[in-house]
Amino acid sequence: MNPFATVTELADGIRAGQFSSVELTRYYLERIERLDARFNSFITVTAERALAQAAAADARYRAGTSTPLTGVPIAHKDIFCTNGVRTSCGSKMLDNFIAPYDATAVARLDAAGIVTLGKTNMDEFAMGSSCETSFYGPVRNPWDPARVPGGSSGGSAAALAAGLTPAATGTDTGGSIRQPAAFSGICGLKPTYGSVSRYGMVAFASSLDQGGPMARSVADIALLLDAMAGFDAKDSTSAINGHDGKAAAATAARPKPMKIGLPTEYLAMLTDPAFARVFDEARRVLESLGHTLVEVSLPHTAAAVPTYYVIASAEASTNLSRYDGVRYGHRCEAPVDLTDLYERSRSEGFGREVKRRILTGTYALSVGYFDAYYLKAQRVRRLIRDDFVAAFGSVDALLAPTAPGVAFPIGQISDPVEMYQQDVFTVPASLAGVPALALPCGFHEGLPVGTQLIGPHLSESQLLALGADYQRATDWHRRTPPRVE
Amino acid sequence: MTIHERDIDKLCVLARLALDEGERKHAHDDLTRIIHMIDSLASVATESVEPLAHPLDATQRMRADEVTERVERDAFQRIAPSVRDGLYLVPRVVE
Repeated sequence: MNPFATVTELADGIRAGQFSSVELTRYYLERIERLDARFNSFITVTAERALAQAAAADARYRAGTSTPLTGVPIAHKDIFCTNGVRTSCGSKMLDNFIAPYDATAVARLDAAGIVTLGKTNMDEFAMGSSCETSFYGPVRNPWDPARVPGGSSGGSAAALAAGLTPAATGTDTGGSIRQPAAFSGICGLKPTYGSVSRYGMVAFASSLDQGGPMARSVADIALLLDAMAGFDAKDSTSAINGHDGKAAAATAARPKPMKIGLPTEYLAMLTDPAFARVFDEARRVLESLGHTLVEVSLPHTAAAVPTYYVIASAEASTNLSRYDGVRYGHRCEAPVDLTDLYERSRSEGFGREVKRRILTGTYALSVGYFDAYYLKAQRVRRLIRDDFVAAFGSVDALLAPTAPGVAFPIGQISDPVEMYQQDVFTVPASLAGVPALALPCGFHEGLPVGTQLIGPHLSESQLLALGADYQRATDWHRRTPPRVE
Repeated sequence: MTIHERDIDKLCVLARLALDEGERKHAHDDLTRIIHMIDSLASVATESVEPLAHPLDATQRMRADEVTERVERDAFQRIAPSVRDGLYLVPRVVE
């Protein structure tokens, strides 16, 4: 069995009788058991549940009721609630939290017959770009275990890169699917805001949070998106006429020649010529496929990081006020009064980065500062969104770098503002709510480099068709880490 | 804008966080840098620009006034730190 096979190849293998879902599931569980001590990509492994789901999947093949995902294993970021299974969000605060229900994204994938291997490690409450802030310890990059896998969905990215799962879920508030995909040499999609239900996804910044698939190929991303996405009445901001559910069909055929924009402001930030050349090669491949590339301007790019950190921190401080030590989660020992209960439960339960964001958000929302920060950031957010809308008036998609460099060593970045600059290419699409697909486009100093294709609202099928076109002409997504057997 | 150490104390009260002295100092240093970074927003011209709360400009949906959810108190209280007779227990609030 090939641990780096795609979802499509594995489902074909089950269908052809080469192996059963139970055998496939045992194979990945054994790899996790044997290899994950090196990467720390899983927080919880759900072997019993996985084998029961796999047996049910095998029965579906016999009954003729299988879907293209039936029997294939997946790992869920530990931010998605899974009924009866710990959902920690990478935090001591939720270390004892056994979710009493399933997230909609999890329930939809379960209904398609997918097999849940376990829950992946992440930055605490999804706040981070390196997977160093987890209560369960840092995740290591399979391409170089001394380096970060990116974050916050770094456990999902590392598990994919190490061949511990063929598919994963992630969430992306400001780049948390795309940046770890780039650092770990895999693919990830941040869908249009509202495409994938937020129900059962532990909330960070509600106007930005968006769940999405992570996998080895764009074709796999399309299959997973079709199963995960769709209107959900349980999510108050779910898109009513959202994803068309036709991504898998769209990736099977060649797309019409497209006009693709290169944002001038992003190109100006690529200061390392060797790194810029890797990215430029992606442009050349798309041109060779018959697409036209032109420079476009997104004039408010420089304002995106500060705008994002005001909005995301403000919404986080509000969302995280629910952790009070009363109804669920961590509670301090022997509180003397109610204030002591709140303050000590929260101070013991949250890590440093989470406290930093709560304090930043509290500041931005406090009396006298609300207009200058939160309201101001919401106005700038409209300008940033309108930049994208204007650009998509003349191009079908944008081609951009995903991160300003390759995966950095664990412990290298300690200044929070320097860390926030890692998100410079990912937060604009988050603020604009547009879909963005990260995919591998080469190597720099032996480490994977990612690019992203960004499209208009709800253009996922077209965007994935373009990504699949690129992957038929390249094999970067089939490369695997040299020292992972 | 400049943030003082006494501002950190006030933010901790508002956010219900109890930080020790070392943590407060770190928080002051970090917030000074973060606020300096977000202060750059002031230079963006936003006169007559409306705040954006939802990127697709969606508004709240209405639904029929029907009961759709079951009360799952027992299931939810099984994961609570301290309950008795269906009630969440906290330190005494009223003497």
